[in-house]
Amino acid sequence: MTATADTAPMRIGLEGVVSDLSDDKQVFHVPWGKAMMWIFLLSDTFIFSCFLIGYMKVRMTTTVNWPVPSEVFALSFGGEPIPLILIAIMTFVLITSSGTMALAVNYGYRGNKKITVILMLATAALGATFVGMQVFEWSKLILDEGVRPWVNPMGAAQFGSVFFMITGFHGLHVSAGVIYLSVIAYRVGTGYYDRHRGGNYEMVEICGLYWHFVDLVWVFIFAFFYLW
Amino acid sequence: MAQAGTSPAEGHQEHPLGIYLGVWILLFVLSTFSYMVDYLNFQGLLRWGLILLFMFLKAGLIIAVFMHIAWERLVLICAILLPPLCLTVFIGMMAIEADYTFLTRLTVFGEAPQIVAPHH
Repeated sequence: MTATADTAPMRIGLEGVVSDLSDDKQVFHVPWGKAMMWIFLLSDTFIFSCFLIGYMKVRMTTTVNWPVPSEVFALSFGGEPIPLILIAIMTFVLITSSGTMALAVNYGYRGNKKITVILMLATAALGATFVGMQVFEWSKLILDEGVRPWVNPMGAAQFGSVFFMITGFHGLHVSAGVIYLSVIAYRVGTGYYDRHRGGNYEMVEICGLYWHFVDLVWVFIFAFFYLW
Repeated sequence: MAQAGTSPAEGHQEHPLGIYLGVWILLFVLSTFSYMVDYLNFQGLLRWGLILLFMFLKAGLIIAVFMHIAWERLVLICAILLPPLCLTVFIGMMAIEADYTFLTRLTVFGEAPQIVAPHH
């Protein structure tokens, strides 16, 4: 294999894994920013997994009934309570934001700064909307329903602490992502990546990786906490 | 100044927009199905099976297409996807221990299963 640091020919399958791992200069032939973001996401996966596994244990071991999420998170608009409606809307908002982000990455690589900025700001706006709805959910549970991390009137005492911890960490990640998106969008718009990266818009893709991760975590939270 | 590791073949991934839009729609459809599992009040194995199925399908689509994993080299795919598999071992161990804790609470600590009635 005759390879420079960047253009190592790619071999498919296990042969490729072996030749990449034994490369003399670089194992992952991607920009270092991308590799590092993936490594960060891997660590974050483990953190959220610890929370969700802890939730699993708490729920499996309690002798008191676990509150039923579709009842706890139902909203009524003057009629019968609709189960999980706010959560469904939040899920759609986040999926939409993932879609706009994927398009933004695509337009970034096409060099279309204007559309990229619009799509990134749309993604950020949707993310902020998601956080707003989560804040509403929190305020409803804390103020109206009397849910505390140590007790709640619906069932097992640990429900509150699990809910606030997991959705709190996730909401924090979404909020950080909104700020991150805004900063990168600003840089795209002012031509920073033309001046400093030679027209290379990988930073948009790396930002996209983080945002999709945030959506991914929600897919798991939605399934394990709200639906189960 | 280009970043190190940016070869024209790899650092620059452009795919037709259509695939993103297609996956996007699929994600909406799968989310609707997930929500229907609860709305239609499925129970038991059907409920859990469907919840997990839709969850993994959505996760797979997001990781493979939106996060471009499907187009990455196998070594990167392995480095990212194999470590989380170790979590399945962790989950299994914790589930076994949770069962033990639950049974201990019932038999040794004499806790009776209680239902807290919601008062609205």
